[in-house]
Amino acid sequence: MTEGVLTTAYIAASILFILALGGLSNQETARRGNLYGIIGMTIALVATIGGDQVTSYGTLGVCMLVGAIAGVFVASRVQMTQMPELVAILHSFVGLAAVLVGFASYLDPEAHFEGPDAQVLKTIHEIEIYLGVLIGAVTFTGSVIAFGKLSARITSKPLALPARHWLNLALGLICVWLGALFVGAEGHNGLIPLIVMTLVAFVFGVHMVMAIGGADMPVVISMLNSYSGWAAAATGFMLSNDLLIITGALVGSSGAILSYIMCRAMNRKFLAVIAGGFGTAGGTAAADGEQGEVVAVSAAETAELLQDAKSVIIVPGYGMAVAQAQHVINDITKKLRDKGVRVRFAIHPVAGRMPGHMNVLLAEAKVPYDIVMEMDEINEDFPETDAVLVIGANDIVNPSAQTDPGSPIAGMPVLEVWKAKTVVVMKRSMATGYAGVQNPLFFGENTRMLFGDAKASVDAILASV
Amino acid sequence: MSMKIGAPREVHPQECRVAITPDTAEQLQKLGFSVAIEAGAGAKAHFSDDAYREAGVEVVEDVKALWAQSDIVLKVNGPETHPHEAIDEIKLLREGGTLISFIWPAQNPELMQQLAARKATVMAMDSVPRISRAQKSDALSSMANVAGYRAVVEAANQFGRFFTGQVTAAGKVPPAKVLVIGAGVAGLAAIGAAGSMGAIVRAFDTRPEVKEQVESMGAEFLMLELEEEGSGAGGYAKVMSEEFIKAEMELFARQAMDVDIIITTALIPGKPAPKLITEAMVESMRDGSVIVDLAAQQGGNCALCEPGEVVVRDGVTIIGLTDLPSRLPTQSSQLYGTNLRHLLTDLTPNKDGQIVVSMEDEVIRGVTVIKEGEITWPPPPPKLQAAPPPKRELTTAAAPRAVGEKEEKPKGLATAISMGIGILALLGLGSVTPPAFLAHFTVFVLACFVGYMVIWNVTPALHTPLMSVTNAISGIIIIGALLQISSPSGLVVVLAAISILIATVNVFGGFYVTQRMLHMFRK
Repeated sequence: MTEGVLTTAYIAASILFILALGGLSNQETARRGNLYGIIGMTIALVATIGGDQVTSYGTLGVCMLVGAIAGVFVASRVQMTQMPELVAILHSFVGLAAVLVGFASYLDPEAHFEGPDAQVLKTIHEIEIYLGVLIGAVTFTGSVIAFGKLSARITSKPLALPARHWLNLALGLICVWLGALFVGAEGHNGLIPLIVMTLVAFVFGVHMVMAIGGADMPVVISMLNSYSGWAAAATGFMLSNDLLIITGALVGSSGAILSYIMCRAMNRKFLAVIAGGFGTAGGTAAADGEQGEVVAVSAAETAELLQDAKSVIIVPGYGMAVAQAQHVINDITKKLRDKGVRVRFAIHPVAGRMPGHMNVLLAEAKVPYDIVMEMDEINEDFPETDAVLVIGANDIVNPSAQTDPGSPIAGMPVLEVWKAKTVVVMKRSMATGYAGVQNPLFFGENTRMLFGDAKASVDAILASV
Repeated sequence: MSMKIGAPREVHPQECRVAITPDTAEQLQKLGFSVAIEAGAGAKAHFSDDAYREAGVEVVEDVKALWAQSDIVLKVNGPETHPHEAIDEIKLLREGGTLISFIWPAQNPELMQQLAARKATVMAMDSVPRISRAQKSDALSSMANVAGYRAVVEAANQFGRFFTGQVTAAGKVPPAKVLVIGAGVAGLAAIGAAGSMGAIVRAFDTRPEVKEQVESMGAEFLMLELEEEGSGAGGYAKVMSEEFIKAEMELFARQAMDVDIIITTALIPGKPAPKLITEAMVESMRDGSVIVDLAAQQGGNCALCEPGEVVVRDGVTIIGLTDLPSRLPTQSSQLYGTNLRHLLTDLTPNKDGQIVVSMEDEVIRGVTVIKEGEITWPPPPPKLQAAPPPKRELTTAAAPRAVGEKEEKPKGLATAISMGIGILALLGLGSVTPPAFLAHFTVFVLACFVGYMVIWNVTPALHTPLMSVTNAISGIIIIGALLQISSPSGLVVVLAAISILIATVNVFGGFYVTQRMLHMFRK
């Protein structure tokens, strides 16, 4: 296959990837978009394998076969509540692949540079390798830790080492110094600095994600998504492969935008999230103590309230995912809709542990997506709503974000559930949310608390509806 | 031993309510109490003795035995002497027993003395403090709600026309115009009931902060062109200045000529009801108009009102009924019973059927008018206002805005600086790098922009599929490994093989799971 055909194939693949992402702009075109992505990937793989540079088909075939089987197996088994974990571990694979390709590229005996610019080209090539390995290594361990935290193998509490910012700075400076050693080295003498740097970057990735608490995971996941893209782009530079550069840039900017959206939804600065150590996931009692009395309600009363309402909005949070309550919620929704109650869902951008997590869970439970609303679409409808059911959410419905400028979550956009006629909050206990902020919503006059395990509570409601 | 709660039949003439319903009895038993009622106590409120028995309540035939065995007696009206049946409830109350009912201690000093002599503990449901924590026990509010609704029903009964406007084949029907004076709980309930029957509703109140509530019920709030606030301590209205009252009366006089129905609910705690509707105003109303005076028990807002009676003066029907809640006995018994149940929940912190009268608790302190024979009324004034004045909302709303403004300026500056640095960095890069690299760099920058444009269009609902599909396509890194796998160096081949393996997991796993997820999204 000629160079020209290969380039054409790469252009086609790039366009198909862009179409794949563009297809996600709405639900109708999304599946076609995914198909474009698959076609693009197939074209790219066939063209590359058919090219002159690839000859050892045996090894290649075995590796791809094993990888494909493993990939499909995992993807077909994964629970929708475990999506964040799957995404995290897939990020780590890209990171690791970037590290390995970087090393391989450095060790490749066929790499040589000619012409008047040879020295400059070599330096650039080495910088590219160095960056590719660095980003890949951070992505790899960062994602592994994120996977551990999301699957509760590691505590989701932020690890706050003393002087952790100085530690990060020191690690960064070491990487720069090692980089200088690596680029200046003759022949393959730079291998030692490269390996040491990889280890340092591994440590950095671990430390960075360890310091971030559970509810900041949407930001971390999208950030790692972005990093995996940049790692691919850096690999593209080192191999002078435009398809890799384009794909890496697409993925990188996608992750960056998601991170930005998540940060905006929490009204926090990206750097502040990454610096970590904010709040504790377990929840502590608020410093200012009780703010009033809560009115508890039983599941049967809640069911009655929902049936009598004309319009109901359900606000799910991470608690729903933990309790796996989405299927029961859908059953309740169906029954209420059959009785003529207008039921809708309000999704806060950072509800759950990754962007769009709640939407996927509700989709899995077969909740029709046209009644699942984004915050901006539905926030103005709360005053006309008879009943709001808050399931396992706390900070995203906290009115003090709007009323108390001194609150740690001041200015964070929140769902204005308290404007509805009645709000039923399902909650395990009176513990505060992730931000450690007491929630005045619970003490509101139109708020009723339904205490207990979310799954048990929704089961009881379903039984009474 | 857990305490026993008893509810006798109400002896007050025409009283149809009962203090315990089968529903609340069940919940009282959950608090550890045992519950008894006098036979037939719930009959007028349509709760049969059998219904009580089903709820685990003991039904006692003899009223004296009931009083004697009850540690806590729950009643609607205060204890009184029945003229014919020779029942004197004060004497029936056990020495040292507990009584919870409406008492009106300010109006009934004699009753208070008699109860104190019995060494009783007495809680007055009319003295529940007006704080948000105590709302669930606030019987005045729950009864006022019923009264407000019933006032409209009574008015409609006397009124000779529709409430709602219609255009029929037999001619046009104008809608009734209703004026509600006093937008407390009763007033708001009346506004709601009259509005839902189709009338045009106007409302007046001396407290400007209720304007929003009135408007939220769909009524028009009538304003005075005067600067004076009518909010007194505890969320009730206070006595207004002479000038204010004059302006107010002029407003009522104008309205009286226009409206068909007036419902007055104006009360000032501890004072006789203010006279708001004069004889002249009644005269000025059209024939067939109706006035419902919810303040009749306290003397009435209307000069011509006769408490407990329905009278017609100058063609205007004036309803001064004082038993409006009792006319919806099932509903009001249920609400009042629930108020009592909430109070008893507060009184029984350990849920062991033993009440603890803690005078530290603001609610219990307010309700308790006699403690073990000692008169503890009136309580110290409550500190909190029921509804905050509107000014505070303004300051809190303004504060976040100010924060937002401060942030904006440095942002613009930071953007300018970072753009400047970016341009310089690009120039520096361009001056030292060979064109081959710059070609790739151009592709990179353009791809970033394409990504930026495309990703902003992705609907937030599909962010998770977006991440998994980007996972899949970032598996494109496999191409790097594919190009290396045929290398003569064994080490490179091993590294490349591992890369191919894991990148393939990404490609297949990512696309497959995305497909799975997207199949779930359906209308």
